[in-house]
Amino acid sequence: MSIVMTTRPPEAPSNKVASFKPTLLQTEEHHLCPGCGEPVAIRLVLEVIEELGLAQKNVSIIGHGCYGSFIMTMDVDSTLCLHGRAPAVATGLKRMRPEVAVWTLQGDGDMTSEGLAEILHATARGENITCILLNNGVFGDTGGQMTASSVIGQRTKNTLEGRDAAYHGHPIVIGNMVAAMPGSAYVARGSVHNAASIAATRRLIRKGFQRQMEKKGLSLVEILTMCPTGWFVPASGGADYMMESLGKTYPLGEIKDISASE
Amino acid sequence: MTMRLMDGSEAIVEAAIQAGLRFYAGYPMSPATELLEYMAEKLPHHEGVCINAATEIEGVNMALGAAAGGFRAASGSCGQGLALMQEAIAEAALNETPIVIFNMARNQQDYFQATRGGGWGDYRTITLAPKDLHEAVEHAQLAFHLADKYRVPVIFMGDNLLARTQMGTTLPQLDLEPLPPKDWQLDGTSGGTGKSRQIWTFGCGKTNDPGPGPSKHWERIAAKFDAIAEVEARHEQGFVDDAETLVIAFGSGGKFVEHVVREMRADGHKVGYFRPITLWPFPGDALEAASQDCKRVLVFELNAGQMIDDVKLNVRDRKLVKAIGGVSFDESGLNLGPLMDATVIRERIALAINGASQ
Ligand SMILES: Cc1ncc(C[n+]2csc(CCOP(=O)(O)OP(=O)(O)O)c2C)c(N)n1
Ligand code: SF4
Repeated sequence: MSIVMTTRPPEAPSNKVASFKPTLLQTEEHHLCPGCGEPVAIRLVLEVIEELGLAQKNVSIIGHGCYGSFIMTMDVDSTLCLHGRAPAVATGLKRMRPEVAVWTLQGDGDMTSEGLAEILHATARGENITCILLNNGVFGDTGGQMTASSVIGQRTKNTLEGRDAAYHGHPIVIGNMVAAMPGSAYVARGSVHNAASIAATRRLIRKGFQRQMEKKGLSLVEILTMCPTGWFVPASGGADYMMESLGKTYPLGEIKDISASE
Repeated sequence: MTMRLMDGSEAIVEAAIQAGLRFYAGYPMSPATELLEYMAEKLPHHEGVCINAATEIEGVNMALGAAAGGFRAASGSCGQGLALMQEAIAEAALNETPIVIFNMARNQQDYFQATRGGGWGDYRTITLAPKDLHEAVEHAQLAFHLADKYRVPVIFMGDNLLARTQMGTTLPQLDLEPLPPKDWQLDGTSGGTGKSRQIWTFGCGKTNDPGPGPSKHWERIAAKFDAIAEVEARHEQGFVDDAETLVIAFGSGGKFVEHVVREMRADGHKVGYFRPITLWPFPGDALEAASQDCKRVLVFELNAGQMIDDVKLNVRDRKLVKAIGGVSFDESGLNLGPLMDATVIRERIALAINGASQ
């Protein structure tokens, strides 16, 4: 390595990790809010797909939520399907094209509110698909209302005093439900609130896709993502708020790995 | 091809598979249930897949997925089940995914939800209503052809008579024009090439290849349905030239009416029949021509009056139009009722004619 002596700062700013664009993104620009965790999570998925050599062997099935706009920027064969139905659409496609890595991208509203039947039945059938759940505990896209995954005490636009179990019911912990079913191969929960969790989550996503390619069954990788807008906290406060609220109901880590027990 | 005695449902399934159907997902509902059973039995022997869906919503969305992958795919049900599918049928129309929905109806009360565009948005569904099994096995092929040709959802509208009547039938191979390859299908091979594919109701395209956006996209879809309406209307008619009375019916009802009109003609009555084969596009111009010199236009349908709206829109004077059908189920509430009977139909036609002359 040659050392160039200089008294001035470098002419170009040094590259931050985040300024390398995965090839499967046509642009780094997005129109999501500052401090939103979803772009980070999606980027991880795209990097993993590329790493695993699946760039030209994958189809994404995208639900309805803020992440939906990535259908315009992801350079991946994609469809944005009806709210909640991604695992069903993915089932039809995967059964006919078993060689392709089929993955869904859903929010907690999309998966645990509107689409609970679809994810559970896809799991029961043991569909070989990889489901990515971006869990922020709210309907972000519609402005921050309660979903089935909102945690007890969480204030949303339609639980102004906080989610009250007696009045609004209990959160659905979908990861554990899916893990308890024989059709699932891999279930894990990651997060994007700091660099270490981002790195760990990338490994979880990788395993999620590997289990599909090994034809082991359904994998669900849940990723806790910041939604400062829907939580009514400053952009910079999203990470802390997330781990104090969602993080307590949704502990991070692998929940099930069928391959590890073999 | 040799003639075989088959259940209607079996013949329809055989014809659909012959037409290239490879994916079916459905949920039982009488009288569409046997279709699902035959699909489950036969598709796996033809490199196909049949999934017993947990709901009609799940089933039709699975079919959308298989169709997005480039395969001929279908779902099926009737009545309430068709109602559950409407969001997805609209989606197929707006994101241009060709699927076929087999609506083996309990009655004729699904006319509105089949022809009006029962979901959200400006679209219609091509709806084929065969009068008997011979036509049904042709329509099973035509449905997939039209779906692929226009990239639209197509409804095949049957009933319990079609589904459950046994009939000796051959499976003729329709001579249909070749269609272009599905260069839009999601096969997963275009990632990272800058030309990745997209199926999306909002039509916004990708960053490096923007689409027209929602308003223009939906305008184009609506124009496509207008164009389909111009060329795909089909009908059958008989004895219309000197008919004073024209009787209009669809599906099995059309077959009954045709029979009754032939009988009445033999007895010297100036009666004719007209049967829309496509419920949408409704053969309005043809009806206008056929009813030009009629004194009365009678509509026979087993519901409280649905197709009659389309008839009134397409005859020279809506006051000529009279309903001679009605709601009619058997005791179970699951099948066509006693009104679907040649004697009853003849009485009602005669009453309309005589009542008018008194
Ligand atoms: C059938 C239907 N109902 C409601 C909506 C409105 N809608 C669009 S996005 C959305 C919320 C999505 O929330 P989530 O999946 O949690 O994603 P987020 O926006 O939080 O990322 C809703 C309710 C819709 N598009 N379709
Ligand atoms: S509303 Fe929430 S989920 Fe949506 S873009 Fe903003 S921060 Fe992200």
